[in-house]
Amino acid sequence: MRILKITPIIALLILGISANVDAQCKAFAKKVCLPELGTYTHDGNYHAAILVEGEEAELYKTFYSDMEYRVAICGEDQLPKVEFKVLDSNKNVLYSNKDSDYSRTWDFKLQSSQQLKLVVKVLSFNKPEDTPASGCVSIMFGFKVKK
Amino acid sequence: MVIILFASLVAGCKSGGSKAPKEDEALSVPKDNSVVMKDIQQAKKIFDALPSPLESAMLIKSAGARFDQTLLNPVGNVNNYVTNKSMALNLGIYTCDLSFASLYEQTQLIIDYMNAARKMADGLGILKAIDQSTIDELEQNINNTEVIMKVVSETFMNSNSYLEDNGQPAVAAMVLVGGWFEGLYISTQLVDMNDFNGNKLVGRIIDQKLSIDILINLLSQNKGNPAVDELLVQVNKLKTVFDKITISTSRVRPEYDKISNTTVLKSEVKTDMTPAVFKELAASVAEIRSTFVK
Repeated sequence: MRILKITPIIALLILGISANVDAQCKAFAKKVCLPELGTYTHDGNYHAAILVEGEEAELYKTFYSDMEYRVAICGEDQLPKVEFKVLDSNKNVLYSNKDSDYSRTWDFKLQSSQQLKLVVKVLSFNKPEDTPASGCVSIMFGFKVKK
Repeated sequence: MVIILFASLVAGCKSGGSKAPKEDEALSVPKDNSVVMKDIQQAKKIFDALPSPLESAMLIKSAGARFDQTLLNPVGNVNNYVTNKSMALNLGIYTCDLSFASLYEQTQLIIDYMNAARKMADGLGILKAIDQSTIDELEQNINNTEVIMKVVSETFMNSNSYLEDNGQPAVAAMVLVGGWFEGLYISTQLVDMNDFNGNKLVGRIIDQKLSIDILINLLSQNKGNPAVDELLVQVNKLKTVFDKITISTSRVRPEYDKISNTTVLKSEVKTDMTPAVFKELAASVAEIRSTFVK
């Protein structure tokens, strides 16, 4: 009986936390990551999630030869640095922001359209005794027509 | 700690993302932090990103295509859409039509199509994604394409994120599917068969083969939802036509251009779509799209 009483409370608590976390993530994406696109037009898609240090995410997207792109990948301040790599369909690494001091943005264009894979990883503070940090990571794409 | 981890795991299933098969393992929270960290590292989130309606419309325009209002879904159809599936698909379709009208500076159509998209969003319960202030902003900037594109992008993001954040990823996926099909439908209808070889628009249509698996993965995350299952049957049928097209690409070579601070991904591509396959593709897209807009 006690379990029956507690279960709905836990469910509500989880839903409440989830909704709040999502709203926080959306606000972060709009306020912090969107401006990183600068003069590029945001495509309107929304990709964001709460990640814990050490955690990875992958994104698959087709990029077109007519466009110039900027990808912006932003993590909340409480997180360690966010590393991202861009790979082609043969898993060759085309770019890593590790080589650019973990830059949040990367500008690129393509000679021919390609499906690319983005691998995003929240690095670790390397403090095993501490609670792992968690926070919102947002991935946004901006484009403009190639000149 | 348990709350942080749990919030992370719950939220991680949203925002267009899915979990790789390891997610069930990550749901238990062992006491040892090193074990927790190992589980976290195995739990990858996957995003399948289709071109947005705005990007699709931009691709059509950049290929030099003309504007043709008769290809758009008439705004008079809005009252036909009463199910979540039809409203979601047509939110994507009307947003693509709106983007198309915006890029060609069709001022009256911009307002009409924003109102049609608003009606779909309202029907889906998407609060404040498109409100009167959005329409007012469009009216005040009706001749400013840059502002209009910004408004279209914002409203699409508001709709999409609302659906993701409110536990409706299947509906969010259907919105994207509607937009993608509309872009493909308009493109295929605008191709002049007398100018087939070397036609830039044909090239952009072939490129959509690169997105068909992303589309299937996106829908497959919501398998079991009857509306999504119906769409999967239609999309798999379309894939059989795309499978008749070959795209071969050379190794991609990144070259950094210091002056523009831009990386150029250099590669050569060979494709082979015959006019017959194109006609089959166009017919298949038109048939599927007709079931969305009826």
